[in-house]
Amino acid sequence: MVNLVWLFLLLSGIVVAGINGNINIVTTAALSSAQRAVTIALELIGIMALWLGLLKIAEEAGMVRLLARIMRPFTSFLFPSVPKDHPVMGAILMNLSANILGLGNAATPFGLKTMQGLQSLNSNPDEASDAMCTFLALNTSCITLIPATIIGVRAAAGSQNPSEIVGATIFATGVAMTVAIVADRLLRARFGRDSRR
Amino acid sequence: MFIELINLISAWAIPCLLFVIPLTGYLRGVKVYETFVAGAEDGFYTAVKIIPFLVGMLVAIGVFRASGAMDLLVLFIEPITGLLRIPPDILPLAIMRPLSGGGALGLAAEIINTHGPDSFLGRLASVAQGSTDTTFYVLTVYFGSVGIIKYRYALHLGLIADITSLMAAIFITRLVFG
Repeated sequence: MVNLVWLFLLLSGIVVAGINGNINIVTTAALSSAQRAVTIALELIGIMALWLGLLKIAEEAGMVRLLARIMRPFTSFLFPSVPKDHPVMGAILMNLSANILGLGNAATPFGLKTMQGLQSLNSNPDEASDAMCTFLALNTSCITLIPATIIGVRAAAGSQNPSEIVGATIFATGVAMTVAIVADRLLRARFGRDSRR
Repeated sequence: MFIELINLISAWAIPCLLFVIPLTGYLRGVKVYETFVAGAEDGFYTAVKIIPFLVGMLVAIGVFRASGAMDLLVLFIEPITGLLRIPPDILPLAIMRPLSGGGALGLAAEIINTHGPDSFLGRLASVAQGSTDTTFYVLTVYFGSVGIIKYRYALHLGLIADITSLMAAIFITRLVFG
């Protein structure tokens, strides 16, 4: 699918340029875009270094664990099929906390651990359980506090105020997460299988 | 009032984290400066790692836009996107977002650089890129890791979340910056 979108953009662009009798623009656009890509990436280095350095401190200070403790009361509501003191709850909380803080690399191991834990509770190992669907919905719609990469791209492009989009991003992800939780409940009822836990 | 709150969060979020994270680290006995430097090193590799994605996407969309194909697409889908009030320029990004994180970042960077980071489209691309996830990738990796073949309604959920994020991004960008 990614391949098709990419191919479509490139090929249809060349065809349209040919039809318009403006084929030279293809070469110019391709070369200048390739160069611009590198400029953007190089200008990103500073902000990525600042942000990842800060996140490293957060990680070492145990802030993921701290956030996980704050969110604990919500998990039994979100995952009614998982026993309250099952160890997988810890992995779920750590994964979501790491996601909120934007610690992608730290989130993935907890995510994989969560999937293993949920699979051990799954009555049909070929098929996603309710809890797995809920977990992935939360995972992909999770609230984002600081979208660091895009702030870096904005700064590299010379924005007057690169971080002005932070509030809007928190709002959009908050709405998406709420809708995902509601949609999960509705779909679970429709796709429901009573024997499943 | 609501708009002011959103702007207040944008202005304070980074200074707050710059204050709270090092302070918490120090109080918890972390060697803050050395840890910072160790983490910052990854910033370099992260930025370099996205270069191939950026080159691929910027070239494709650059040719697509310069040739006039983008204008044709916009003309063609105007009736649909106009009805949903989606700016047509954002459409390639919306399609790419759930498929490839690097690819979507390339498309967002192109919009931001072409229209300017502080233009409406630049801001919208920023919010949209920042608030959605690479749903197909996450599903493939997580389900693949435990051998789940039937996703049941997980994909529906992920795409509902992505579409909601996009609509919420358009709404809030119009409201705050419109």
